[in-house]
Amino acid sequence: MSFINYSAREINCKLVYYGPGLCGKTTNLQFIYSKTRPESKGKMISLATETERTLFFDFLPLSLGEIRGFKTRFHLYTVPGQVFYDASRKLILKGVDGVCFVADSQLERMEANIESLDNLRFNLEEQGYDLDKIPYVIQYNKRDLPSAVPLEELRATLNTNNVPEFEACAVTGEGVFDTLKALAKQVLTELRKGG
Amino acid sequence: MLNPQLALYDEELTEIREVADRLHQDSRARTILIVDKNGQLIAASGVDAELDTTSLSSLVAGNVAATGGIAKLIEEEEFTGQYHEGKEISVHMTIVARRIILVVLFDKNTTQGLVRLRVKKANEALTTIFDTLAAKPKGAQEDVFKEITDEDIDNLFGP
Repeated sequence: MSFINYSAREINCKLVYYGPGLCGKTTNLQFIYSKTRPESKGKMISLATETERTLFFDFLPLSLGEIRGFKTRFHLYTVPGQVFYDASRKLILKGVDGVCFVADSQLERMEANIESLDNLRFNLEEQGYDLDKIPYVIQYNKRDLPSAVPLEELRATLNTNNVPEFEACAVTGEGVFDTLKALAKQVLTELRKGG
Repeated sequence: MLNPQLALYDEELTEIREVADRLHQDSRARTILIVDKNGQLIAASGVDAELDTTSLSSLVAGNVAATGGIAKLIEEEEFTGQYHEGKEISVHMTIVARRIILVVLFDKNTTQGLVRLRVKKANEALTTIFDTLAAKPKGAQEDVFKEITDEDIDNLFGP
């Protein structure tokens, strides 16, 4: 649910990075944070365990500039990927404007990808959203790893609806901004349609 | 859509700010924040320069969402109020009109009793404003977004 403040001339949107545990959601946000000019970003907050696993969410506010005289602000969130944090994932999806599913390209994580994607669809439905109708992109992360599954196979399994997809290596930043731009663009296009 | 877009106009924002300022003064609190349940800051009063209101709003919303999750699990409709007691500063949070969080940061300059009393009054005023806002038909201002072009969006991201 975007929040438009006509008085302050601001558009605020919420983007959520979803995916299985250790797929690189937090790493995506960390890279975006590290490469964004200080005046365009707020503090990045990570509610994580002592072993740096996301416990509740990561949060990064970004200002992208103006569009038709309105400041555009994106609030980026990640969910905790571990299976047993499902209740927290549901909470973070509330009021979402766009979702990025971060898939782990490694062969041994394919089952976890499928399970997480099913979980995303289910949790969105619980909130009254349809994954096929909201702004949505897929990122195939960890493309640099030796056990990475071929792109065609990932696509056939995880992207049957042909949504925009990006190959990435979040540690080096490859594909990270392309993914974010594509998602932000879809969200703004949706706003044009009247949200 | 379950969560209709929240649009805020000059008129309501002025009224909301007035309520926040009045509460700030009457409760002798340090800071008042009015945040929507998704973590977006709507209005504030008594904010000093060091306070990171963006982060605070997001965390407050996360906190309220988590507590709401607990309420659901134990089949309680909603916990409308929360209180965190600190050594120097305490935080009082109240859910207003089911979608807004009224946050009061206060210190030893006042008491929890006075804060609660003043919050009750502010809650009523804010409920009226947000109910009116929810019932307000979409105005001509929304048309601004219909005029957004692909080029406008591309320009946002630079070359």
